[in-house]
Amino acid sequence: MVAGGEGTTRLVELLTVRGEDLGADWADRVSRSLGGRVSRSEVQRELGELYTALLTALQTGSLDAHGEAFGEVRALLSELSRSRARQGFTPSETALSLFSLKEVLEPVLTGEDGGDVRAYLAFTKLVDDLGLFTIEAYSRTREELIGAQAEQLLELSTPVVKLWDGVIGVPLVGTLDSARTMVVMEKMLQALVDTGSEQAVIDITGVPAVDTEVAQHLLKTVVAARLMGAECTISGIRPQIAQTIVALGIDFGDIVTKATLADALRHALRASGVTFTRPGGSAGAR
Amino acid sequence: MLAIAANDGVVRARQVARTLAQQCRLSLVEQTKLVTAASELARNTLVYGGGGTMTASLVDERGRRGVRLVFADQGPGIPDVDLALTDGWTSGSGMGLGLSGSKRLVDDFVLESAPGRGTTVTITKWGR
Repeated sequence: MVAGGEGTTRLVELLTVRGEDLGADWADRVSRSLGGRVSRSEVQRELGELYTALLTALQTGSLDAHGEAFGEVRALLSELSRSRARQGFTPSETALSLFSLKEVLEPVLTGEDGGDVRAYLAFTKLVDDLGLFTIEAYSRTREELIGAQAEQLLELSTPVVKLWDGVIGVPLVGTLDSARTMVVMEKMLQALVDTGSEQAVIDITGVPAVDTEVAQHLLKTVVAARLMGAECTISGIRPQIAQTIVALGIDFGDIVTKATLADALRHALRASGVTFTRPGGSAGAR
Repeated sequence: MLAIAANDGVVRARQVARTLAQQCRLSLVEQTKLVTAASELARNTLVYGGGGTMTASLVDERGRRGVRLVFADQGPGIPDVDLALTDGWTSGSGMGLGLSGSKRLVDDFVLESAPGRGTTVTITKWGR
């Protein structure tokens, strides 16, 4: 870490004397690098605030990007990274917004004495630190976004549908982990109460693999439904799943399982006393 | 080599197993069996081994092609391997079928473990 004092004084001088020009040049460069996806005035506003905050921080004589003096700068950078991450910019594009400040400063260096060089080196170190901070803030936002999406998926992928009067269906798609099973179980039990249904069909056609954890979750859900006086059928057991379950040694006990949703629906309807007749008047279907 | 440190590690282990099984042209049933075994063992690695790794590879031996998965952890290890391979026995809250079931799902199953020295499970599924 380069000590403050003389270095920062010179930096503040350099950045203030032609402040307007430098700020505008910076906004131009950044605006170009973002390919016009953010308006020039928007960029100018963001960077203007940042420029002012940076100057204020440098005037305190500090060069520590993580120090107290740069609190405001970091807050602005966090905000900038967040909005860039949400708009779908890459981490490079986001960090470049900051790094291009170095290029902006280059032409104003006179290079006549060693002071400028030292000041510039200290400045690049500072910008690098702030750049890393930007990337960290960026990836934090991305992780938050991904987390939020995962949660949305959890909700989305577990609809409970009404198949018939008194029969509800729960089509499951994807991996069944503990978190999803909880959501499924809650939704299904609530739907049983809300619709007054006594039959539920859990369809696992869209579940790629049934391992012991998935099976255990399914069994628990069925037992919970039974406690509420409802009967559960599991459908969508494809040949490869059936063979895997047998090899694993999982016992589904007296739980009714069917190959297809149609079979399960027929079973559920029979169980609730519906009879099938063909229009011709012949006996029930199959 | 794949780190299994959280639930998403188990998901990725399954995906890797499925990709390799498809490359090896295993039938759908064999693919599903391998993926299920990978899922069981990856979860064991995570839950009982406290996290570990899965190393996946395609192997060629005596004209046969197969998929080999090695699950390794530095956890507490298994004191009684025979007991752990007994159907229905579990030291946790599972069904007690993960290890024994996985053994039935694959062609080769090698379990190496000792108390305090972690656990390594190597499974192989051969193409037909």
